[in-house]
Amino acid sequence: MAKVSIRNEIRFILNGRDVVLSSVAPDATLLDWLRLDRSLRGTKEGCAEGDCGACTVLVGKLSADGLVYESVNACIRFLGSLDGTHVVTVEHLRGEPGQLHPVQQAMVDFHGSQCGFCTPGFVMSLYGLWMKSPDPSDAAIEKALQGNLCRCTGYEAIMRAAHAISSYGKAAKDPLAAEREMITARLEAMHDGARVEIGAGKARLVVPADVDDFAAMLDKEPGATIVAGSTDVGLWVTKHMRDISPVIFIGDLDGLCTISEDDGIISIGAGVTYTEAFSTLSKRIPALGPLFDRIGGEQVRNMGTIGGNIANGSPIGDTPPPFIALGARLTLRKGDKRRTIPLETFFIAYGRQDRQAGEFVEAVHVPVPAKDTKFAVYKITKRRDEDITAALGAFFLTLAKDGTVADVRIAYGGMAATPKRASAVEQALLGKPWTEDTVEAAMAEYARDFTPLTDMRASAEYRALAARNLLLRFFAETSGTSEPIQVSRYEAA
Amino acid sequence: MNKHAAPNLKAEKITGGVATDQRHDSAHKHVSGTAIYIDDMPEPAGTLHVGLGLSKVAHGILRSVDLSAVRTAAGVVDVLTYADVPGENDVSPSNMHDDPVLAEGKVQFFGQPIFAVIGETREAARRAARLARIEYEELPAVIGIWDLDPVNDKQVTTPLVLRRGDAATAIAAAPRRIKNRMWLGGQDHFYLEGQVSLAIPGEDDEVIVYCSTQGPSETQHLVAHTLGVPSHAVTVEVRRMGGGFGGKETQANQCAAIAAIAAKKLKRAVKIRLDRDEDMTATGKRHDFVIDYEVGFDDEGNILGVDFTYALRCGFSADLSGPVGDRALFHCDNAYFYPNVLAKSAPLYTNTVSNTAFRGFGGPQGMVGAERVIDEVAFAVGKDPLEIRKLNFYDPMEAIGSRNVTPYHQKVEDCIIQRIVAELEESAGYARRRREISAFNANSRFIKRGLALTPVKFGISFTKTESNQAGALVHVYADGSVHMNHGGTEMGQGLHLKVAQVVAEEFQIDLDRVKITATTTAKVPNTAPTAASSGADLNGMAAQNAARQIRQRLTDFAAEKYQVPVDQVVFLPNRVRIGNQEISFNDLVKQAYIARVQLSAAGFYKTPKIHWDRSKGQGHAFYYYAYGAACAEVSVDTLTGEYVVERADILHDCGRSLNRAIDIGQVEGGFIQGMGWLTTEELWWDDKGRLRTHAPSTYKIPLASDRPKIFNVALTDWSQAYEPTIHRSKAVGEPPLPHGMAVLHALSDAVASVADHKICPRLDAPATPERVLMAIERLKNEVKTGE
Repeated sequence: MAKVSIRNEIRFILNGRDVVLSSVAPDATLLDWLRLDRSLRGTKEGCAEGDCGACTVLVGKLSADGLVYESVNACIRFLGSLDGTHVVTVEHLRGEPGQLHPVQQAMVDFHGSQCGFCTPGFVMSLYGLWMKSPDPSDAAIEKALQGNLCRCTGYEAIMRAAHAISSYGKAAKDPLAAEREMITARLEAMHDGARVEIGAGKARLVVPADVDDFAAMLDKEPGATIVAGSTDVGLWVTKHMRDISPVIFIGDLDGLCTISEDDGIISIGAGVTYTEAFSTLSKRIPALGPLFDRIGGEQVRNMGTIGGNIANGSPIGDTPPPFIALGARLTLRKGDKRRTIPLETFFIAYGRQDRQAGEFVEAVHVPVPAKDTKFAVYKITKRRDEDITAALGAFFLTLAKDGTVADVRIAYGGMAATPKRASAVEQALLGKPWTEDTVEAAMAEYARDFTPLTDMRASAEYRALAARNLLLRFFAETSGTSEPIQVSRYEAA
Repeated sequence: MNKHAAPNLKAEKITGGVATDQRHDSAHKHVSGTAIYIDDMPEPAGTLHVGLGLSKVAHGILRSVDLSAVRTAAGVVDVLTYADVPGENDVSPSNMHDDPVLAEGKVQFFGQPIFAVIGETREAARRAARLARIEYEELPAVIGIWDLDPVNDKQVTTPLVLRRGDAATAIAAAPRRIKNRMWLGGQDHFYLEGQVSLAIPGEDDEVIVYCSTQGPSETQHLVAHTLGVPSHAVTVEVRRMGGGFGGKETQANQCAAIAAIAAKKLKRAVKIRLDRDEDMTATGKRHDFVIDYEVGFDDEGNILGVDFTYALRCGFSADLSGPVGDRALFHCDNAYFYPNVLAKSAPLYTNTVSNTAFRGFGGPQGMVGAERVIDEVAFAVGKDPLEIRKLNFYDPMEAIGSRNVTPYHQKVEDCIIQRIVAELEESAGYARRRREISAFNANSRFIKRGLALTPVKFGISFTKTESNQAGALVHVYADGSVHMNHGGTEMGQGLHLKVAQVVAEEFQIDLDRVKITATTTAKVPNTAPTAASSGADLNGMAAQNAARQIRQRLTDFAAEKYQVPVDQVVFLPNRVRIGNQEISFNDLVKQAYIARVQLSAAGFYKTPKIHWDRSKGQGHAFYYYAYGAACAEVSVDTLTGEYVVERADILHDCGRSLNRAIDIGQVEGGFIQGMGWLTTEELWWDDKGRLRTHAPSTYKIPLASDRPKIFNVALTDWSQAYEPTIHRSKAVGEPPLPHGMAVLHALSDAVASVADHKICPRLDAPATPERVLMAIERLKNEVKTGE
């Protein structure tokens, strides 16, 4: 392996200025740094866990598509993960001399603020949307605002403002658009391919040079905390005040952030965010599109990674059940050694996965379902969007020519200590004609597969009943009825 | 140089007077991040920060509290316990002495503050707080109230009884009777800005506390009480809150007291800002209720007699639970006349956080009980609930007969609910959509639609009579610009803007000549909390009174100086006509100043007419009522209980609105907040008394994507306050919140369709997808077993 150069500072752009920091705590959050160190207090703390969006800022990073700005939650974004990015806060917004920015003026004129505390976060989310989509639909605005809570307005005024922004100015003339080349050049100059190492002892952070560098480091230091999107580890710090040093930031590593398709199998690098995976997955496996739209809010999807969703082993992660139903496989890597296992076998028990010390999740490989198969995934939550799963069912079905069930894989989240197959239900379906009678008989088998828990998201009784009913929903959807099967906010695109 | 354009001396109207649509005075600051909340203020050098140590059991004796590891942790300056409270260790707002600042000897709920770490940084203080070693002797804990006895189990304060006629006899004699109970969940305020205070010690016993509080005077008095100093030593100031909703009426006081005690002890500025999870765990919420009801009615659906018991989970202390329970009873009639009624409250003690004010203050809970009774009657007689509603309304104001007396013996003299409901039925296409939904449901196996139209009548005034007073302070400076201050607080509702509009109107000057300033106890003393929707009613009147005093002095001065009769001094937009000449307002002010006319005035207002005898349960409790109605349509998935709100239409009465743009924002926001309360916002305690929904990850307030797909909000353009309120406007803070009931009842209607509308769904709240599905299952089973 080629020798990597080492740098002992992080470099990024904050609004208009270059920032170089050689002293950064591994658990320092962007929000605290903005408010306490920089006295930029337009960005607010509402929850410190990535759910309310009052702390929304934009982070611009260089990608295959050039410089891309995405909304993120500054409260759970670690400062050390910002190397080579452009951080944009509400203080950076400006319009014509002496004027507010179009996003801001629209919010003022349409009464989009009442108490005003959530407002800078809304402004930033709308700004991020407007740059990508100057004339968005209701659905697009709502999606962009899933991670922003407002308790005063009831959102109606904010929606009116969001629709009006382009009448106040052109996105193409926005300062961030005008300065695009200049910012790109400055960011490119910062990307020197070096490994970043800051601090020592109990306050140490590392940003590896690339995935090989990461593999070697983790092999040497298997106790390090791996941080990709920090949508989970962020809370270890803000809520549990855990010591996480040494930290290895892998959110933006070359070699870990690619998504590719080969021979009907989509390989997703562990550093790929939900947002980055969305366009490929929703196109190639359309049933995943609506699911991905309901994972976290926009900011969390811009930060959180599919690799993290799998690696943390949660029984309520949203990607493992559909991937298991699709027959996905997982590549784990330790140093230079790799092994690939069925995703299903990765989850051993609550809090325990098939991952050895020094090993990390490198990629997940998801087969695209064949044309004559049926695949669906259903997520049940208390609130439709930006909520954590109470129960989630994924169904993959192949029918034989005679209409009997040739192959079926059903996997659930929220129903057991791990993401889990409904084996007894599958057995009750295999070889039988795909009819409502068969389905009703199979529904009785759920009790053999699952003994769900009662918690704040749902009771055991509800989980059992709703999970069972999802099979009937799947049957109804695959049997070609024209009547509505699910409630939906918008007609399917 | 002066950035403001010179006032237009030819204008026909001032800009920004009353009854004009003005945007929020701070809107441009909100959007640019320059509006300063307390945590945004530059801290004085050496400011210290607080981390709280919270109880880990719901009820127990504190056997030992070992804070040695906390004290020696890095960055810790001091650790406060109850022993450090120089005055009384109590912040009870109702003088019950049951609300310790820091727990003393025992803890009574999971999350109760026991000690406060004072650190060089907030992080150091929070981290150190985890190092305490506390031994508890656990005691039996009462968590829920479903199984409690509303009469014999422990109560935190005296219950209320309302009685008119003879309910028991009327129910017994009625052709039909139904008796049942409902569960109604509470609600976290989820103001986006959590509780925060910054205390700066002064000379002698003085301290200034910048506090996110709805009640600066009360915060002042309680801080003084805990410090053991006179109120004059304490100044409390707040420019704005990042949301309040009742959650900062009394709940701000504990943090303010801790900051002030630490600041005085350590002689340094001290800031306390709760983490969201701590805030949700350790501060009070909307009360959850168990409502027992029995109703007697005839075959047409006329209600003949009702008996209610409203049991409320108060938590461990009284706080405002007494008046919250009272207001629930005051609204157990919603908009309906009960010929005979008995209503009792049961403010029950539990080992949970002490519940408190929340927009509506028990009123919405009272109404939900009324609407459940309407549903029961409707299903029993086989009619659309809307028919039963209309049958039982109070007499309209233009045709008052015998059906206009409330359970508390006040006459309803201003009822306009009939007209509002009729107009809304028409504009929302109720009858047509009722038919369309029936047809849809007949042909849809899994998805069922539901429709409901619910009314609201909300009583305006504090039932605590002394709270119905307000003060204001208005200065006119020699250049003609105006400084406006009053006792109300700004939490997003646009109160300062409305009051400024009133002052601009009195002086006939443009709105931008009136400066809005922070609420402070040093300018206006002894004020009521900004609550009970009273902000504009009370403070608008007080500010008007102050402005009128100054205007009178200017009038008298002008009349004398120009030798004209007083009635020839007329205030026109930005100018004054004195006899045959006009001079600018600014010039008149300047002349008055030179002539040594006093250009400052303190204004005052107290609400007339109201009185209330709690022991008798009788009085003229409310100055007037605000009305409105909402119509909602939902789609429900009968396999999972998931739903979407397809459409909502609201018609609401703000009298002659001071500012329609602001009022529509209140109605839209109130509806969504009420909808959240009754649908997805679920507070869930485990059997150890731990609140497990203590953060937005688990506690789900509505999102933009939970709005009704079609959302039409209108204000009545024909109503005006029956009483001489400020410019005949009506209060708007709380009355729109119960419009969320329309969604609960639309869900109920959709659920009922699975049993052909023959069985009352008795859908409890919050109607989460789980409760909806379980109600569907119950009805399906009842149909099956019935066959």
